[in-house]
Amino acid sequence: MIGLGSMLRKELLEQWRTRRVLVVAVVFTAIGIGSPLLARYTPELVKALAGDQFQIVVPPPTAADAVSQFLKNLGQAGVLTAILLAMGSVAVEKERGTAALLLTKPVSRGAFLLAKLLAIAATLLVGLLLGAIGGYYYTLILFEALPPLGWAAMAGLLLVALVAYASLTFLGSVLSRSSLAAAAIGIGAMVVLAIVSALPSVGAFTPGGLDAPGAALAVGKDPGSVLGPLLVNLAGVATVFWIAWLAFRRQEL
Amino acid sequence: MTAPPDEAAIVCRALTKRYGSVVALDALDLEVPAGSVFGFLGPNGAGKTTTLRLLTSLVQATGGTAALAGVPVGEGEPNRRGLFGYLDQDPRFHGWMTPRELLDLVGRLYGMSATERLSRIDESLETVGLTDASRRPIATLSGGMRQRLGVAQAILNRPPIVLLDEPVSSLDPEGRVDMLEVIRRLGGSSTVLFSTHILTDVERVCDRVAILDHGRLVTTGLMAELLDRYARPIYRVEPEDGQLDAFARLTESLRAASFVTHVTESSAGLRVAVSEAPNAGRDLLAMVAAHGVALLVFERQRPTLEDVFLQLVGRRAHEPEAAA
Repeated sequence: MIGLGSMLRKELLEQWRTRRVLVVAVVFTAIGIGSPLLARYTPELVKALAGDQFQIVVPPPTAADAVSQFLKNLGQAGVLTAILLAMGSVAVEKERGTAALLLTKPVSRGAFLLAKLLAIAATLLVGLLLGAIGGYYYTLILFEALPPLGWAAMAGLLLVALVAYASLTFLGSVLSRSSLAAAAIGIGAMVVLAIVSALPSVGAFTPGGLDAPGAALAVGKDPGSVLGPLLVNLAGVATVFWIAWLAFRRQEL
Repeated sequence: MTAPPDEAAIVCRALTKRYGSVVALDALDLEVPAGSVFGFLGPNGAGKTTTLRLLTSLVQATGGTAALAGVPVGEGEPNRRGLFGYLDQDPRFHGWMTPRELLDLVGRLYGMSATERLSRIDESLETVGLTDASRRPIATLSGGMRQRLGVAQAILNRPPIVLLDEPVSSLDPEGRVDMLEVIRRLGGSSTVLFSTHILTDVERVCDRVAILDHGRLVTTGLMAELLDRYARPIYRVEPEDGQLDAFARLTESLRAASFVTHVTESSAGLRVAVSEAPNAGRDLLAMVAAHGVALLVFERQRPTLEDVFLQLVGRRAHEPEAAA
């Protein structure tokens, strides 16, 4: 991995300068703060909208609802953010010719790719950290204190899931010269994985399958078997990266 | 790793690149002596850029081999890339970076220490005349400035071999002269392979040239040798004003004449390349007289590289053609 340190430095600087970190931080913080708020006030909003004509019985919201809302929002906006981050990472550099500039220097193609994927993961980490802190704080204010370690473990599982989605889009970005094609591959993978996650035996091993143990951990319950799905997802990211490297190492720029 | 003088710094053996049925480079055999400033000439689509991209490993050869400073292309990657600096014909950079940041990244990739990077960056920026703009985002730089930056990043680590693809194409006349001087000065300490289709630039800085056409090497050698070997006598014929019809008829006749190899028209009249026939000058004057054209200038000129080029390639260097 010759040149990895220098390339990672450049990629992190790029995430900062192009304000991607800022955008991701804002989106994830909004999700973190908004999810407990939605969970807390949705029943009251529904009652207010229904007026006196209908009698709707809504059970009082709990911290578990806030967690569930947080996971649901990140499963949509968070995944889309991950796809947006990864879609142009390699395709744009190939299209613009900046990849050719760097790859005539002493930097391996593996390092070139790994630096990008690590920078995407770092940006998602920053966003998720802020979102998780916001979510935890508002859940604490609006509901009750949840075990902080469990909440942190949930955020860790979410990070793995988001990186898994990002890595699939990243592969699309390596295989094509177009950001849109990469995004299509990422969204296609998201849809396929959503379908697979509904299957009883294998669903737990998809990125979306990490939600259930994450939710259990956040509220201090037994998550069941979490190590297996976690390792499968990490292995999936590594495999996708390996395929991306195999494709990229002989690509003409 | 610099090859000793008189040894070839760049060697291509039957180097071939095909894109489907299109042969972009056809069995190129080329040796570029160490320390030379080597002009790589050819019309658009001749295979110049393909050759340079093959040497940098950005594309893979379909056949043949190549080596830079004795290291075969494709072996010892990516460390091999420390042996050369490369400027793309259309250099693209990350617009959010400043020139100084880009050069710092390049210096880091070459493994330079912080002190070394600082001094080399200053030196390179000064060399290409970009010091004043060194802290501006690259996105705000003009095309010419970006080309200068491209040269700066190519020479930052003082590589033994510098590969420059059309390095002055975006520069204004003054910038062009400056950059050609930079390239000329690189010779000796580095081997410079400099692709262009602007022949006067080559004449100004190169000691050796190779001419490529349709992916094939047409000829290569010392500039003076090529001029001796291929250049035909050239006559400049400039008419007095107000003889448009007669001069047009003369031009047509000259084009059809057996002793004339090439006729090029310009605002200053005609440049007529003639065969070695000893009586060509006299025959030419006889044709001028037969068409009743009064002359302002009739002179024999020193053949230029363009004349050699026209002789070998058979068309103007800047004539448009499908890109390889």
